[in-house]
Amino acid sequence: MDILRFITAGSVDDGKSTLIGRLLYDSKSIMIDQLEAIEKQTKNREAGEIDLALLTDGLRAEREQGITIDVAYKYFSTPKRKFIIADAPGHIQYTRNMVTGASNSDLIIILIDARSGVVEQTRRHSIIASLLNMPQVIVAVNKMDLVDYSQDVYNNIVIEYAELAKALNLNDVSYIPISALKGDNIVEKSSSFTWYDGDSLLHLLENVEVEKAVNLEKARFPIQYVIRPQTEALHDYRGYAGKITSGIFRRGDKVAVLPSGLHSVIKNIEVDGGRQVEEAFAPQSIVLHLEDDIDISRGDVIVQSNEVPETTKELEVLLCWMDNKPLVAGNKYLLQMNSTRVRSVIKDIEFKLDVNSLEKHPAPEKVGLNDIVKAVIKTSQPVVHDSYKALRTSGGAILIDETSNVTVGACMIQ
Amino acid sequence: MGLHHLDYLDELESESIHIFREVAGQFEKPALLFSGGKDSIVLVHLALKAFRPGKFPFPLVHIDTGHNFPEALEFRDSLVKTIDEKLIVSKVEDTIKERRLTEQKGKFASRNQLQTYTLLDTIEENGFDACIGGARRDEEKARAKERIFSVRDEFGQWDPKRQRPELWNIYNGKINKGENVRVFPISNWTELDIWNYIRREKIDLPSIYFAHNREVLEYDGQYVAVSGFIRIDETDIIINKKVRYRTVGDMTCTAAVASNASTIDDIINEITATKTSERGETRIDDKVSEAAMEDRKKNGYF
Ligand SMILES: Nc1nc2c(ncn2[C@@H]2O[C@H](COP(=O)(O)OP(=O)(O)O)[C@@H](O)[C@H]2O)c(=O)[nH]1
Repeated sequence: MDILRFITAGSVDDGKSTLIGRLLYDSKSIMIDQLEAIEKQTKNREAGEIDLALLTDGLRAEREQGITIDVAYKYFSTPKRKFIIADAPGHIQYTRNMVTGASNSDLIIILIDARSGVVEQTRRHSIIASLLNMPQVIVAVNKMDLVDYSQDVYNNIVIEYAELAKALNLNDVSYIPISALKGDNIVEKSSSFTWYDGDSLLHLLENVEVEKAVNLEKARFPIQYVIRPQTEALHDYRGYAGKITSGIFRRGDKVAVLPSGLHSVIKNIEVDGGRQVEEAFAPQSIVLHLEDDIDISRGDVIVQSNEVPETTKELEVLLCWMDNKPLVAGNKYLLQMNSTRVRSVIKDIEFKLDVNSLEKHPAPEKVGLNDIVKAVIKTSQPVVHDSYKALRTSGGAILIDETSNVTVGACMIQ
Repeated sequence: MGLHHLDYLDELESESIHIFREVAGQFEKPALLFSGGKDSIVLVHLALKAFRPGKFPFPLVHIDTGHNFPEALEFRDSLVKTIDEKLIVSKVEDTIKERRLTEQKGKFASRNQLQTYTLLDTIEENGFDACIGGARRDEEKARAKERIFSVRDEFGQWDPKRQRPELWNIYNGKINKGENVRVFPISNWTELDIWNYIRREKIDLPSIYFAHNREVLEYDGQYVAVSGFIRIDETDIIINKKVRYRTVGDMTCTAAVASNASTIDDIINEITATKTSERGETRIDDKVSEAAMEDRKKNGYF
């Protein structure tokens, strides 16, 4: 059994909440008391039918307004897999939530209303999926019951979306016709689609390869904390604690410590609070010991000597702005990436990306909440990084406003 | 499963250890809020994996309502002795006296509301800047939107509109003086994940998690342990029943479930078959209103 993390995206009313509710309901992840609560709230419904969408509306403000305003996480599992759903709302202004949800997902389900086909929101969500380098996409054409389960309607949408996917370099796209409301093709294949010979959505989700999301080639180990018991028995114990974000490390491997560039050899790898192992791989949390006594602290990154990432003081990034205060070139922010935090300044804003058309507007006057721009950031210390496209786990960084401490931006390093 | 592919429990464990170490790396004075329940016992187990052979970079803190199950207290003390870490106990009783607070009245008068005061006082007195807790997102709707690093103002308040976006596995723990961060390392675990992990890791639990005979009164379909902390009325019928607890909180507001499950395997079988959520089945206080948890969170409760 393993874990698949996915995000669902769609315009308002495409049926996202209903779909999630359906997955939870049909996989028996909803409990009686939760159902009772929903039944109580379900208004204007035909008898016997409950409003599955209510399962995902969390906060009171949301219930009052009847909309979702923040990313919610939902869980269900089958004997094959545990699923973590990031439920990001579909409103136009919530690019920030989708970027957040997508950053932690291995797969995105893009919902399309069969009656409306590919719309502006579909483009926007797909562009964001592409910017965030989502490994896999499932396009679910929903409300098929309202178009008489028509193969033509479905095929036309598939053709239209395939073009978009190609333009956006989304390579791993699957398509499925569903009705979230009726439960068609969600858990079981539905007989309503005589012409569809693919799998049910759940079957797809259970069988996609999650291994793809983990890179085992490029070894990166950002140090979070140094364990030094300083007791008599463990006087010289100095263990570097962290999580391998990608790749594999073995005892005896030649490694480099960045940004200093010093070299050493792995003496020991420990897991479970002291048990020694020969090798460890992403995403394991471990403790490393090196042969040489070199000065290493939180924020340093250990890598294999023969395959070293970039270490520079200038970063070209695609930046999603997440704050109400506008982004201004020349402003200073803290840049945090894994366990490194450095001062930084926005040197140059090259262009603003129109997330509906992919058009580039050079030298934008104002960059506000939910805007995506290409920018150059200069940092006070060299930052160890990869390009986000090549290695998601060491190409993403956040910006923190030093006056409010709030996370104001998400950077995808180019 | 491939040679270099993690099982789901290993992946959850690694994520939690990573969060623990971020706390150690980012904060001056963290604390682990230890409630005595299975979730906080799992937290301690994960902290051992994160920091041994070193010491925990934080004490355990127990907000003691005075309404504990004796078995849970015994377990707490023996655990702290075994792992040889520091425990701070803050008593709600003391806060009530010092601040002249008014206790709830009624049959199941609970100190659940009042423990928020004790918690906030303890945070302030000790200058804690991060408090690690065992809340899970699957527990309740208002929690589904909770961050892993959740910033609270100096009144301990949670503002759902002011939450920081959490991207990749980068946690922003920057705060102003007086603020603190609540950290939830097992956010992504479900009840069943916890039990499967307890089974796999052979983690010890207080005996009340397993079926035992107990004097209970049946109230509104729930079984409440007979104790000095609740009011017994003449009309109450007290029965001796075989029960176990799914959560361990206060004796006043944690209900037992009828059960014969005497091993972890039995418990996992029961949970897999059962149709009521952990909170719905065992929390007497949550049923009050749909938004009860949200309100309490806003006021500084976990
Ligand atoms: N006929 C039909 N209606 C659906 C389907 N899926 C969702 N709906 C309805 O579409 C409306 C919006 O659904 P909801 O899940 O709230 O959309 P969201 O805004 O994307 O979360 C609701 O009235 C649903 O009952 C479907 O497959 N078929």
